[in-house]
Amino acid sequence: MSDVNANDDTVLARLDGVRRRRGAVQALDGVDLELPAGRVTALLGVNGAGKTTAIEVLLGLQPPDGGQAMLFGLPPTTPAAKARVGAMLQQTQLPERLAVGELLALVRSWYAAPRSVADCVALAGLDGLLGRRYGRLSGGQQRRVQFALALCGRPRLLFLDEPTTGLDIDARQQVWRAIRALVADGAGVLLTTHYLEEAEALADRVVVLDAGRVRATGSVDDVRARVAQRHVACDSALPEREIAGWPGVLHVARDGRRLSIVAADADGLVRRLLQADAALSNLEVRRAGLAEAFTRMTRDDDTREAA
Amino acid sequence: MNTLDRTVPRVSAWRGHLQELRCELLRMLREPMYVIPTLLFPALFYAMFGLLMGGRDGGGAAQYLLATYGVFGTLGASLFGFGVTVAIDRERGLLALRRALPAPPSSWITARLVKAMLFSLVVSLELALLASVFGGVSLAPSQWAALWTINVLGAIPFAAMGLLLGVYCSANAAPAVVNILFLPMAFLSGLWLPLSMLPELFARIAPVWPAYHHAQLALRVVGEDGGGSPWLHLGTLALVGVVCASIALRRLARVG
Repeated sequence: MSDVNANDDTVLARLDGVRRRRGAVQALDGVDLELPAGRVTALLGVNGAGKTTAIEVLLGLQPPDGGQAMLFGLPPTTPAAKARVGAMLQQTQLPERLAVGELLALVRSWYAAPRSVADCVALAGLDGLLGRRYGRLSGGQQRRVQFALALCGRPRLLFLDEPTTGLDIDARQQVWRAIRALVADGAGVLLTTHYLEEAEALADRVVVLDAGRVRATGSVDDVRARVAQRHVACDSALPEREIAGWPGVLHVARDGRRLSIVAADADGLVRRLLQADAALSNLEVRRAGLAEAFTRMTRDDDTREAA
Repeated sequence: MNTLDRTVPRVSAWRGHLQELRCELLRMLREPMYVIPTLLFPALFYAMFGLLMGGRDGGGAAQYLLATYGVFGTLGASLFGFGVTVAIDRERGLLALRRALPAPPSSWITARLVKAMLFSLVVSLELALLASVFGGVSLAPSQWAALWTINVLGAIPFAAMGLLLGVYCSANAAPAVVNILFLPMAFLSGLWLPLSMLPELFARIAPVWPAYHHAQLALRVVGEDGGGSPWLHLGTLALVGVVCASIALRRLARVG
């Protein structure tokens, strides 16, 4: 492992201008992506944005039509690259009639220096499940087994495609703790998720993918700042059309007396709102969470495409 | 050999293959709908057609059908053991997961092949027991050994055919498609009843079925074959195996 030390700047895998068409859809349209060691990179995007295709190209399951995918500096299908990879794919159904311990023994046998079974059980929260048949587990337990299989080989780079789908709060916290522990040991993680608080809780870097293109890359704060919006809500009789014409106002919606406004600059907006309507009440100002920042990006794109 | 080999941490290929075989066997043994038809139907049919109905003509049927039901058992174990399970694993993303991870590229194939061979051997032994105890069949040890060897090795071309079906069929369609091939081929190759008892047309077109060639090799051991060259039969089986396997593996590499 001397060639790949735990230096945080080491790039473990990368996509360079990768293009990949699936049927009529350009699933990846010139995507650049770097996965550093010791970091969690979250890949965000709506369904069909190209997240799973990006993972599959990085894992060598699909060849890129153009551009280049590299895993540990090698083509992703190379055995030497695979030997350091763990993965939890989205659509995997493991054999129902095998017990958890049997599945774990099988996947461990594929690695030169796998984690001990006890470590896998502890990290993935599989206490008491080793003897149970996979098909008799709950959806959340099955997901944890898949997580255990992904980490059992001490991978240097872990691909987790929506790892916590179907997990309850406790189980999700357990998986998050495990991911943090693996990253602290120097592993790189690529995570796709629908739970945006998951990206906020775990990710050092966020890559927003939309219609096969990278729309934003950076820390969670960077990406949020990129869409530096404030949500302002209040009860007021002011006409929406008037507010929509004010500088910095991006979006106005009304539900009864309740106005919801998205604006680039909350301070100016609030000052003007109070001037315009002395009867205004129940004022509320929020910073956009990653969820909103992210849906807004995608929505802007829809508007642009429609125009 | 080259620079890559030096950077691959050494993994015991044995360990991977043994684990794979263990899982494959456990999976199947826990699947009664596979085990019972595969292991019991050949013996059951043999008892009916070879011993109860055919026993009256002085043991000829018992000897002939001993050979052909061994082929029948091999055919079932290989076609179902590959066709259905490969379709299921492919559809459920298991093959994709294997390709994403450092799984040995061929261990899932060798494990299934060994499983099919083991099942073929078990069927052969069941038939041998029935034939010698109830059918009055008496063969030299070398004949028994030859029969069992032919059955076990015969799993290879039919495994390749099963693989091809499993690669093209959906998991839902696979059992039906395998049956559509398996049952007519078994009947028309003279595995259930001697070809001489079938309409002459069927006997004449029998050589188009790979199972016919396997059966001829087995029948030759008990002196009941049609007199064709064993090399021709062997060559046909080898060709079928190579063609099916290469089409299947190419598609797997391309489409997954």
